[in-house]
Amino acid sequence: MTVFEPRIVGFLCGWCAYEGADAAGRARKTYPAHLRIVRVLCSGRVDPQFVLEAFRQGADGVMILGCHPGECHYKEGNLQALKMTAILKKLLGQCGIQEERLRLDWVAAGEYGKLVKIVGEMVEKVKSLGPLRLREDGGGINSALTRH
Amino acid sequence: MSDLSQLKTLSRGKKPKIALCWCSSCGGCEESVFDLAEELVDIMAVTDIVFWPAALDAKYQDVAALADGEITATLVNGAIRMEHQEEMARLLRRKSQWLIAHGACAHLGGVVGLANFHGSADLLNRAYQEIPTVHHPAGICPFGEAPDGAGQVGKRGFYETVLPLNRMVAVDFYIPGCPPPPELVKEGLMMVLEQRLPPAGTILGKRQALCQSCPRRGSLPETLRLKEFSRMHQVTWDAAACFLAQGIICLGPATRGGCQARCLQGNMPCRGCFGPLDLVRDQGAKSLSFLASLADSADPEDLQRFADSIPDPGGLFYQFSLAASLLKGKADDQKNNH
Ligand code: SF4
Ligand code: SF4
Repeated sequence: MTVFEPRIVGFLCGWCAYEGADAAGRARKTYPAHLRIVRVLCSGRVDPQFVLEAFRQGADGVMILGCHPGECHYKEGNLQALKMTAILKKLLGQCGIQEERLRLDWVAAGEYGKLVKIVGEMVEKVKSLGPLRLREDGGGINSALTRH
Repeated sequence: MSDLSQLKTLSRGKKPKIALCWCSSCGGCEESVFDLAEELVDIMAVTDIVFWPAALDAKYQDVAALADGEITATLVNGAIRMEHQEEMARLLRRKSQWLIAHGACAHLGGVVGLANFHGSADLLNRAYQEIPTVHHPAGICPFGEAPDGAGQVGKRGFYETVLPLNRMVAVDFYIPGCPPPPELVKEGLMMVLEQRLPPAGTILGKRQALCQSCPRRGSLPETLRLKEFSRMHQVTWDAAACFLAQGIICLGPATRGGCQARCLQGNMPCRGCFGPLDLVRDQGAKSLSFLASLADSADPEDLQRFADSIPDPGGLFYQFSLAASLLKGKADDQKNNH
């Protein structure tokens, strides 16, 4: 049996969490290599399309990491991310994707300890959920689509 | 009408061949053609309609007998769910110079695409067994194994996933709407007949959001913050004011305009049948993000109340486009719960 190594896509705000990941590196702390980081200008920039596209392209989990409430460089981009995530999780549930596959959290530039911890937690969580298999995009006579 | 009488002189020689076909559809798109009324008679006078199951007795073989590219244009409405629909779409694609997706189902999967929230086995079971008005002890499913072991009952495939037309064959342009306004159907036909075809992939309608052409837009505020959404039966609403401003969900800001705001004029908020604007990959995600941004508080309890006031986000955001969305529908439960 092959071990399931999940793919986690992380959208990290360049003002805080991304700095935190850098700080982890400088402090020679390691976090699981399952995380593929995409730097964004603000967690509020994360369009729900980005999250869905990540799942479609093979992510088993998605993290959005922004600045703590009250510390957003653009005042309330992180609160927008919070509002968007609240509804997106509900939608994911309807689409058969467990809510825990999407995690929004706050990481300040110096909090590399927290970053290492929550990425580890996310990897464990997604490992326990198993690989995500979306509905196939194909179809038709020339594909191996299930038929009845 | 002048444009059509002009056409008569244009096409005095050989009449262009036209075909219409329905796949997984409700028939409403066919209505949008019949609603052309007298103009339909004019169009029929200048064209040769070679295939139209809703109105003519032409068969598969009649289309198959035509040379490739012999049909000038074919309008296909409905999504693709069954093998014979795919076969028809491929045949018509081969025989037609122009293939036009007619209506939301052909364009985006449409309402029938909502079936992608369920597995095909559940759907068939529901339709042929569980429905309270069905009494069917033999339990024969037209797509399954025959109960006496006599093999497959039906020959034709029932696909696991509903797909929009362009996942199967190349589509030249799209007439959006559920159903499209007859004026837009006419515009699509005139484009073909007058040989002024739009660039490949064009979606007829406007390139701006519906709000731009909505008669209620005067009262759409610059910024809007809401504690929660109300449903129409819960509040007394103003029949002329912007729905969103009244806390009633309207998808106009994330929907392509060009429908003449028919629903808005009939006191119904927009549900998105014209699909997303150019460059938007996933219509539901766009509706989600603009509605979420209206929440007036990020406090967990307030946010919960706000989210609860959208009871069925999937059905609302993807009423017409689930089959064309990034997720395509519900993930495979069997595979995900091991
Ligand atoms: S687009 Fe609407 S009117 Fe046309 S077939 Fe689909 S459901 Fe019916
Ligand atoms: S939100 Fe709806 S009612 Fe308001 S202007 Fe836009 S389309 Fe019209």
